[in-house]
Formats: sequence, C-alpha cells, structure tokens
Amino acid sequence: MIGERSGGLVVDAEVRRGGFTLSAAFTAAPGQVLGVLGPNGAGKSTLLRALAGLTPVANGRIALAGQVIDDAGTGAFIETSGRPVGFVFQDYRLFPHLSVLDNVAFSPRSRGLGKGAARSAANHWLNRLGLTGLADRRPSTLSGGQAQRVALARALAAEPALLLLDEPLSALDARTRLDVQAELRQHLSEFTGPCLLVTHDPLQALVLADRLLVLEDGRIVQEGTPAHVARQPATEYVAKLVGLNLYAGHADGPAVALAGGGSFIIPDHGQHGDVLVAVRPSAVVVSSQPPRSSSARNTWPARVVGLTLLADRVRLDLDGQPPALVDVTPAAVADLSLHRGSEVWLTVKATDLEVYTRDH
Amino acid sequence: MPAADTVGTEVKPSRLTAGERARRTARGGGPRSAPAPLLAPALVAVAFLVLPLIGLIVRAPWGRLGPVMGGSDAVQALTLSLWTATAATVIALVIGVPLAWILARGNFPGQRLLRALVTLPLVLPPVVGGVALLLAFGRTGFIGRYLDSWFGLTIPFSPLAVIMAETFVAMPFLIITVEGALRSANQGYEEAAATLGATRMTVFRRVTVPLIAPSLGAGAVLCWARALGEFGATITFAGSFPGRTETMPIAVYYALENDPDAAIALSLVLLLVSVAVLVSLRDRWLRGGSVQ
Repeated sequence: MIGERSGGLVVDAEVRRGGFTLSAAFTAAPGQVLGVLGPNGAGKSTLLRALAGLTPVANGRIALAGQVIDDAGTGAFIETSGRPVGFVFQDYRLFPHLSVLDNVAFSPRSRGLGKGAARSAANHWLNRLGLTGLADRRPSTLSGGQAQRVALARALAAEPALLLLDEPLSALDARTRLDVQAELRQHLSEFTGPCLLVTHDPLQALVLADRLLVLEDGRIVQEGTPAHVARQPATEYVAKLVGLNLYAGHADGPAVALAGGGSFIIPDHGQHGDVLVAVRPSAVVVSSQPPRSSSARNTWPARVVGLTLLADRVRLDLDGQPPALVDVTPAAVADLSLHRGSEVWLTVKATDLEVYTRDH
Repeated sequence: MPAADTVGTEVKPSRLTAGERARRTARGGGPRSAPAPLLAPALVAVAFLVLPLIGLIVRAPWGRLGPVMGGSDAVQALTLSLWTATAATVIALVIGVPLAWILARGNFPGQRLLRALVTLPLVLPPVVGGVALLLAFGRTGFIGRYLDSWFGLTIPFSPLAVIMAETFVAMPFLIITVEGALRSANQGYEEAAATLGATRMTVFRRVTVPLIAPSLGAGAVLCWARALGEFGATITFAGSFPGRTETMPIAVYYALENDPDAAIALSLVLLLVSVAVLVSLRDRWLRGGSVQ
C-alpha cells in the first residue's frame, strides 16, 4: 500500500460519464507501469480522463505525489492545466499548425518559458527520443510511429509526475508496433513517476506493464502481476485475452463440479468452495476413440463446432460438458479427419488444470 | 418459347455514343444529362442571374472610364467604402469572435435566444436596422441623448455612423461562420493543450484560433464584402454626404439619376471587388460541398 505522502498515485473514486459509472480504488507507485486492461466501454478512457482532470470525480478522491488533485467530498479540484499529468492520446492530437519542435515546446511555453528557452527544452527531449531530424516537420507528414514518439516527447517535455498512455500503439501497423513497443519500454523505465498504460492488447500489457489492472463494466475485476493474471485469469474476458479456457465451479476435495455442467478431477489439496479452473488449449488431447487407459483423469465427449487456422496450429471450438477451445496441429486435423460435427473425446491431465479460488 | 416474349414490356436499347461509353467506363455512374423537367428551369435561372451582369459589362462606357472614375466624387466614395468596410470588419473580429466562442462553447440559459437575436440582422431588412440604430444612437435616441449631452458626441450622419451601420449588418456573417467552425472543430486538441499546462486563454490563442483560421478568414472576407455593399442601414443612419458618408453603393444610386455612365462605371468597380472576393474564397466555396 502506498501512502498518500509518497510520490505515487492513490485513487479511490467514482467517475460518472453519461449514464456510465466507473468505480476504482488502486494505487500506483513511482516508477511503476500499471497496465490497464479491459474491453471497449469498460471505463479505461474514463479513468484516464478523471486522472487528467478532464472529467471530475463524482465521489471519492484522487491524490498524486502527496497532493489531493480531486476530492468530491471537500470540493478540492486542480484544473487540467495545473496538474502535473502527461497524457499521450490514442490519436496523438499533435497540433497540426505547429512544427514538431513547437509541439514539443508547447508545454514549456505554456509554463512560462520564453520562445528560445522553450525550444531548447524541446530540443533536449527530441534528442533524447531520437527525433532531432523531425524538428521542422509538420505532424501531417509524420508516419504513425514517428507521431507516437513525438506525442510521447511532448508529454514528457511537461515533466509530469504522472504519465497516462491511452492505447499508445493501437494506431500503428503490426511491424512498427513491435519497434515502438521496444522503445516505449525503455522510455517508460526511465520515467520516475507512476505511469498508466491503457491497452486492450494483452501482449502489450504483459511486455510493458509491471502490474495489471483489469477493468470490466466500470469496476476492477482483477489486479496483479502480469504473470499472475496470465496464469489465473479472474474472468472470462481475461481468460480469452490470455488464451485460456476458464471454468467456474465448486470444489470439494479432488472433484470440481462445473457451473456450466460437467466436472473435473483435480489434485486434492483439500480445496473447498467456489473456484476457477484454467486450462491451456494445448493441454487438451483430442482423440477419435475413448482412450482406454491413460494417466489422465479427465475424459469427456465433445463435438467440433468450429475450426480456425492460427499460424501453425488449428484451434478447435468444441461443444461438450464442458465446452473447450483446443489447439491441435494441422496434421492431427487430417489424421483424425476432423470437420464440423465430428464427435471426439477430450482428455486433460489433472495436473494441467490450474485451480484457484474465486475472489469476486 | 424465347424468354423475351415472356417479359411484359420490351425495353428497346438506346444508342450510347463512343464518347459517352468511354466517360461512363472511366468515371462510372449513369447518364450525365439532367432530366428535361429540371434542365429548362435551371437554364432560366442561369440566364436570370448572368444576363444582367453581361448587360452591365456591355453597356459600360469603356471609353470614358478614366474620366468618370477619376472624378473626385467616385474616388472619395470608393476610399470611404474601402476604409469603413475594413474598420467594420476589424470591429466585428474584435467583438464578434469572442461572441462566436461564447455561442459555440458556452452553456447558459437563454443561449438559443441570444443566438437568434445575434443572427437577426441577417434576415432583417437593412433599412429597419438603420432606423433602429437611429433610435438608439440618434441625437434623441436613448443612448445617443447621453452621448450628446455628456460627451458632445453626435454619431448619426458621420463616418462613424457608416461604420456602425456596416458592422450591424455584416458582423452576423462573421459570427455564424466562426461559430460553425468552433462547433465542428476537434476539441481533442484543446484538451491536449490543457494537459500540457495551457490556461484557457492560452488554449484559445495558441490552439483554437489557429485551427479555425481558414474559417476566420472566410468569415472576415464575407463580412467585409457585406459591409462594402451595405446600402439601406447606411443611408438611413448615416445619410449621404459626399466625402463623409456617401459610400459606393449610395454613390451608384444617386449617379443613376444624373450620370448613368458614372453609375455603370462605379458598379463595374464593385463587381470587380466582388469577383475578387469570390476568387479569394474559391477554395472553400466554389469547389462545392459544405460551408464550414
């Protein structure tokens, strides 16, 4: 837990926008990159807008670096222009009428520096991000990757205490994205304040974030390290993002009765109560006959309802008790002559089931 | 039985010329020519709008243009028109743009009523505007009375009255153009500027105004052109004293009685100015599409 007196961000607030309400309580330590993951409409952008002061909180408070910047209780509110918050917008929002240099110099100028001093401050940041050659260009002549870097330089030139990145790489093509992602990782590690990175790309979140916050329907459904979230997703949405099958059920020693029908045998750790079971699609074995004898403890019949080619694998969508997504090789599809409607048997070892208690 | 016989009405092929065939291949789409019921009225409209202007050019006393235009009255009227229209535009920019911002971005009771009032001069007969100005700022007007007794300032029938009449009639053109631009401008840039520490006034000065600059320019040109052609409100409120309040349109009107050739020559000058205005706006309007 981060105290309000440290350099971190402390949020415990409710934000309303239109008919939507976001309620979130979390902290972010200085130097930490907090990935905010969630589907469209989960409240990710609303959260960033509240932190930037573009939307005031309806209840609760936000404190940054030991200072309350918004408090619905006392009415305290620091306007956007007075907050030490840098915002890299999804669409960058580089001023089209200003050169790259003047875009980056915008904040130093707004904070009272003269034209010359502001430009030399801007040059420092352009230099640091390797953008010196672009100084005289207009934003309309930049590529997506360049515009993204300039937007980051412009936000950093304000020397913010908190950095907000809204889907920073979503406007880039796949190739550029990897390059920029690697660079962004380096720049974020040099940033000393807390940083919130909104994304709906799980890979980006795993690569860039120190900790993840998963938002769904205006509330936090999971919080933890990327490794933890990837192994033990708390909701269907997160499981889908990290590519796992997720089942809710009730554990009673070695048996789990699944909420959607069916059951699993699990290693007996004396677990009782509501649990989640995560299964990797590649951990499930598909066969055309019921396996006669095997060490696997879970076997059930299913029907193929869909096949999708994913690079070097085929993902099978299977209907059964329970349903499952399973990855097999294209060769296996041919050997078992799988097609829509095929009846198959699924097998998974008890030790391949990740069983954990449900928090929510 | 052949299939064609089973169709109720037989469609006879028309002839498509090679040129027309090539055009449709290149650009796509159907027939280019307008349907006849639209074409005839459209041609009448064109004739109605263009023929009088042609008449003006044909009837112009080309041989006497120099002497007529050199007459001190004409030069005086032109000079007065140019500088008063420019002054009216500057005033409209200084007070009209802030009003446009408030109408576009403000949120207060009576905003719709205010917008309606502000744009009223667009549809009000200018002569009514002149009468209204006279009642307000005339020597016995409810404001003019005090200006007269306290400051000894008499507005009617002065160049200041010309400027006021022109501003009254022309400023709404600037306001609605700028207001429309402010409404459709991407406010994301303004948010971005705020996150970079810009105060609201800095945002307006360094982001909003540069972004709407094209509309601001178009609105100013439109306002200036309207001010230049102002007649009704000006003659009512400012009168027609040569050299003092007699602007070009008023000079044209009086010249038509005494010296028709001079009237035509002066009209030609105004026509020229109008064409120049259109050319300066061509990128925005003559390409078709929306006015923004």
